[in-house]
Order: sequence, then structure tokens, then C-alpha cells
Amino acid sequence: MLTPEDMAHLSRLSRLAPDAVTLERFSAQCGDILKYMDVLAEVDTSDVEPLYSPAQHVQTPRADEPERRRSRAEVLANAPETDGQFFIVPRIV
Amino acid sequence: MSELYAASLVDIRDRLASGQVRAEEVTRACLDRIEATEPAIHALLAVRPEALDEARALDAQGPDPSKPLWGVPVTVKDALATAGTRTTAGSRILENFVPFYDAFAVEKLRAAGAIILGKNNMDEFAMGSSTENSAYGPTHNPRDIQAIPGGSSGGSAASVTAMQCFASLGTDTGGSIRQPAAMCGCVGLKPTYGAVSRYGLLAYGSSLDQIGPLTRTVEDAALVFSVIAGHDPRDATSAPRTAPGPELLAGVQQSRHLAGMTIGIPEEFMAAEGLDPAVAEACARAQNLARGLGAKLVSVSLPHATRHAIAAYYIVAMAEASSNLARYDGVRFGYRSDKAKNLEELYTFSRTEGFGHEVQRRILLGAYVLSAGYYDAYYRKAAEVRRLIRQDYLKALEQCDAMLAPVSPVPAWKLGSIIDDPLKMYLMDIYTVSLNLAGLPGLSLPVGRAGSLPVGMQIIGREFDEATILKIGHVMQTVLGDLELPCI
Repeated sequence: MLTPEDMAHLSRLSRLAPDAVTLERFSAQCGDILKYMDVLAEVDTSDVEPLYSPAQHVQTPRADEPERRRSRAEVLANAPETDGQFFIVPRIV
Repeated sequence: MSELYAASLVDIRDRLASGQVRAEEVTRACLDRIEATEPAIHALLAVRPEALDEARALDAQGPDPSKPLWGVPVTVKDALATAGTRTTAGSRILENFVPFYDAFAVEKLRAAGAIILGKNNMDEFAMGSSTENSAYGPTHNPRDIQAIPGGSSGGSAASVTAMQCFASLGTDTGGSIRQPAAMCGCVGLKPTYGAVSRYGLLAYGSSLDQIGPLTRTVEDAALVFSVIAGHDPRDATSAPRTAPGPELLAGVQQSRHLAGMTIGIPEEFMAAEGLDPAVAEACARAQNLARGLGAKLVSVSLPHATRHAIAAYYIVAMAEASSNLARYDGVRFGYRSDKAKNLEELYTFSRTEGFGHEVQRRILLGAYVLSAGYYDAYYRKAAEVRRLIRQDYLKALEQCDAMLAPVSPVPAWKLGSIIDDPLKMYLMDIYTVSLNLAGLPGLSLPVGRAGSLPVGMQIIGREFDEATILKIGHVMQTVLGDLELPCI
């Protein structure tokens, strides 16, 4: 079962910071949801390989050749802060 | 009805192509209809002011027979990137995001001559079954504005049903095309996984997401599907197959009966707890109709496709969501909190302020099921059960050409009535999620009523055999006719 402390840890890992009231509500709701997930224990899967994608074809990667599809201006256009050349973030060092 | 906006897509397409009506007239009729209906239903997050100019430009050139949707106004779920038009995925975190490229399916629509009128409301990042999780307020059901339109493509279903457009593109990760189509009483096709490229779709659950049309008729769905399907090297999961051409629609239109067809009825679906008696009755009548049209009905078994499927689906979807949504960091695009003093706070505050609660819940649960110590018990286990579900479907489809099943256990519920109980909301997806886990196609068709609300059934088909389910749907819809339900 998920305690508010577990939820706080998961929140940190997920870079989320819900307030205390929300965190408590999340832990109760997520607890209920995970309890429901226990129905999977009824299924014997000892000889079953996991299926991660329904795609049946062999997925071939594209050729590893650099290509310029977008201009710098396009890529920067939606950034909250830029200097016209780079994305700007708060000072790191 | 004689109004232009009330025609079917195929009909208006034919009238446009023959020059009986002009693209500008049709576009204006839809824009007027949007103005009249939008205050009541809120199906759109953006209307493109360029649409009328685009229609005039088409008229200036004259009809182009090589373009199957020439001059036809459509809308697109806000999960699909549209170059130059704001694309939010129903989230505050993308409040000001204007893509510089079109999604593959949008490129295909434009190349076919369609006019994109606007972007449809949706549950934030497609996480929801009622469109109440949109950061921009809920959409209302055009059949009953106190009711939810279904979700997550609720804006698409409401827009099509209210005749604001002739078709909309939706996305279906766990039922998000089929369920709102059923709730609103329109048609929705979830294609086979890989049939339509996901390039330009704002990802939720990448192994589950699929793009498809919502329309008022099955013929219309066949036409739009034939336009948007096809291989795209930019999506590695896009199947390297030849796209269905115009012969898909012709084949559907020529279908008159179901003789020689075997249709499976999944026994676990009909016996599932919580199936509303009025929905069950409408489904039974539709099954009898299929029999009357010549189909042989057989009982088939999908032992893992109900309770176990909900659990497996939500584990897989949440795991993929927690990974996919890591990209929203307040750096390259999207919302940035102005309270952050360092980089970590920038990530954390931007995400916390930008994402709604349902999205945050799914990210947290996704992180949990992927974490060391729980991965095998949850994520791997879910993936194993996923294989069993797919095997169930493949085995059942050896005994029949297609299956007929409910879409939702209940008709559209009242807005606000279960939004605070996420598990209860998830359980409403009992009939739809298994198909996404298996990767198979499903067509949601309005088959009747439960009181004053529509009831939909899904016709489930074999991999890449959209043609068969569209044919069955067309034959049934021709006999069923209009729902005769009020619409705003």
C-alpha cells in the first residue's frame, strides 16, 4: 500500500510537487487503484513471454545519417526563454 | 434536413466535386453551425480563422478529382500537431504551443483537399473517459448537454454529432474514439495499431495510441480512413503496407447483407458485472439484426479481456505515460513556472503547475510500476497478461470474421458525477481497453437507445482487416437508420 511518504518519494522522482492535501488524496486514490491491479495475480503467466508492443513487423531504424529537417528558429520558437541561439535555463554552476 | 452541414461527408464531397456547391459555402455553413452550437457544447479549443480563405483558394482553382476530400471541412483532436495552429492536448502545460509541423494524419487530410476548421477539446493528454479532464473545461454531449460526451476524444464526437464538421480525427489509446462515438451516437473507427502513423501525435501510451476518424456514417469513416492510412518511415511502428485506396469505400458501399459472415459474441463481455440492462437490451437487438441480415452468430470466449484487461491496460498506459511525459520540462517548449530559482525547481514547478491531477496521478503510478522492486510484479506481469489477451482475440477471430460487443457498460453519465473517483472511471473502460492491448481494429456504431441517450456497439476485426468491420457496420447502419434522438 502506498503511504503519503511513498507518494512524496515518487513525486520527487517524477519532478512533481503536489501540496500536502493533494498528496494525501493521491495516496488514497492510488492505493485503491493498485489494489485493483492485484487481479492480475489470478492469472498464471509462468510460461508467458511479455508483449510490449502489438506491432508485428520488424522495425527497421532509419539510416544513421544526419539531416537538417528544421531550422534553429523553428526549434527555438516555442521555448519559454532563449537568446536566439540557445535555450536559457536558471544558472546551474 | 436540407442544410448543407447536415449532409454526410461522402454526399457533400460528391456535391463539391461536381461543382454543385462551393467550398466557401460549405465552410461558411459549418462555421455558422459552430457559432450556433459551440456555446452549448464546447467541442472546440480553437477555430482556424484561415479556413474561409483556404476554401476560397480551393474554389478559385476548381474541384480536383485527385483529392478525395476536396473542400470538405473537418476538425482534428487537439492531440495532433497542426502547423501554425495552437496544439494543447487539453493541457495547460501546452497553453501556448504552436507546432511548426503537421502530424502525418493532418498532412494526409490537407493533401486530400480537406479544410481544417479547428481543434477539438479532449481530456488532458487523452487521459480520461469523459472530457472532463480538459484544462479548458468540459465538452457537453449534444444529445443531452447535462451529460458527458465520453472521452478522451469527446470534443471530436460532440463536434461531429452536432454537425459542426463532416469528420474529425480522434485518437484511441483505451477506447478514446469508440467510447465517445458511442456516448454521442456517431461512428468511430479505431484502426489496427500501425495502420496510421503516429508521427505528430502528442504521445500518451505509445504502444496503444492509434489515430482514427469519427464521422456520422460508416461510409464516411471508410473514406477518411483510406485517406489517413499508410506507411510513414517517421514512425517505426507504422506498418510497411500499401494503404487502402478508394476501393475500400467502394467495397463498403456495395455491401448489402451479412450472408456468409460469422460474427462472434464475446460471452464474458455480455456477462460482465455492471452492464446496464438498457444497454444490454439494445445490444441484443443489434445482435438479432445482424442475424436477420444473414450473419451466423457464434459465442466466443475472451477469458482475460475484461477485469484483467483493465488492470493490464492501466499499468501499461501509466508506465508509458510517465516516460512520455518526462519531456515536459519547461525548457524547450510548453509552460514554465516563474517561481523557480534553480533548474530542479524549474522542472518541478513547471510540471506541477502545468499538469492536471489525473495526469499527475498517472505519472506517479507509472513511475511506481516501473520502479525496481515493483517492475516484475506490475509492469512485466501486465505485459504477460497482454500477450494472453492478444492470444484470446486471435483465437476467437479464428472462429468468426468479426465480433460484436458493447462499447460502454452504461450510456453517457451526468457531468461531474464520477470525476472524483478515478478507479470507478477506469472501470467504465471494461469493453474497450483490451483491443488496444491486442492492437486490433474496432468500429463503434450507434445501434440504439437507452432512454434518451445513444448506445453504441463495437465491431471488432482481424488485424488490418478494417474492410470487413466497415462492411458489417455499413450494412447494419443502412438498416438501423438515424437514431431519432434529439441533437442541439
